[in-house]
Amino acid sequence: MSLNHYLVLGAILFTIGIFGIFLNRRNVIVIMMSIELILLAVNINFVAFSRYMGNVDGQIVTFFVLAVAAAEAAIGLAILVAFFRNRATIDVEEIDSMKG
Amino acid sequence: MMVTDVFFYLFATVTVLAALGVVGARNPVHSVLFLVLAFFSTAGLFVLLGAEFLAAILVMVYMGAVAILFLFVVMMLDVDFARLRRESVRYLPLGLTVGIVMLVELALMLGHHHGSSQGPVAEKVENTLAIGQALYTRYLYPFEVASLILLVALIGAVALTHRERKRVHRQDIANQLARTKGDAVELRKVASGEGA
Repeated sequence: MSLNHYLVLGAILFTIGIFGIFLNRRNVIVIMMSIELILLAVNINFVAFSRYMGNVDGQIVTFFVLAVAAAEAAIGLAILVAFFRNRATIDVEEIDSMKG
Repeated sequence: MMVTDVFFYLFATVTVLAALGVVGARNPVHSVLFLVLAFFSTAGLFVLLGAEFLAAILVMVYMGAVAILFLFVVMMLDVDFARLRRESVRYLPLGLTVGIVMLVELALMLGHHHGSSQGPVAEKVENTLAIGQALYTRYLYPFEVASLILLVALIGAVALTHRERKRVHRQDIANQLARTKGDAVELRKVASGEGA
């Protein structure tokens, strides 16, 4: 297996994640899952580079990405639960109180 | 074809199919389960790459915690997912355009990348030891900051979702400690023979 195999896999996963954000752009939960997919693609690239360059630093970065992604998921879902409790919807189109 | 090649293609195919399932499933519960599958097969890829520690972390933290958190939220919120889904066909052309453009760009970039014919570099020490040696020396401060981020996320998630419930009798310690003899005890002078 060459490095390029892993990079191509990462590229495909990243593209699927971007595609998912567009396809499910009204459903916040699936958008967050698409973000997780994008982070997963980035992690694959980091680990592959780490391995093929004989440097452990890439795996350390992946470690931090995992930690931050876990925090992001927890906070994002907490905001989502609080929002649903107040407005009884998670439709992105209706989250417009700030007129953004 | 070596055994690792077979496993690479197996895990890569499963990962891509599961990712498509996450994006395309009609039912968000299925999306979450596909996400778990994608994480699991990526953990397999990490094992192939010799990153066993991260594979274990991915299985434990991601499949065990984050994906289950998603599952809880999907099942807890009473959302009409079919209504959210109905108009998603409208966004399909835009999504496909952006996706294909991005894939072509990445393919062009990878096509010009040649210097990767070398094989994987074997580690001198085992994976977990190497990560530990780097994490607790050069990356000590980022490591501590990561723990602080997790602490903030923990407190923030509780603070965001905590709901003060009315009509529940609970102990108010500040109120108890603020009591004085003056407002707690009432002394009355009762004349003899008139007390009930």
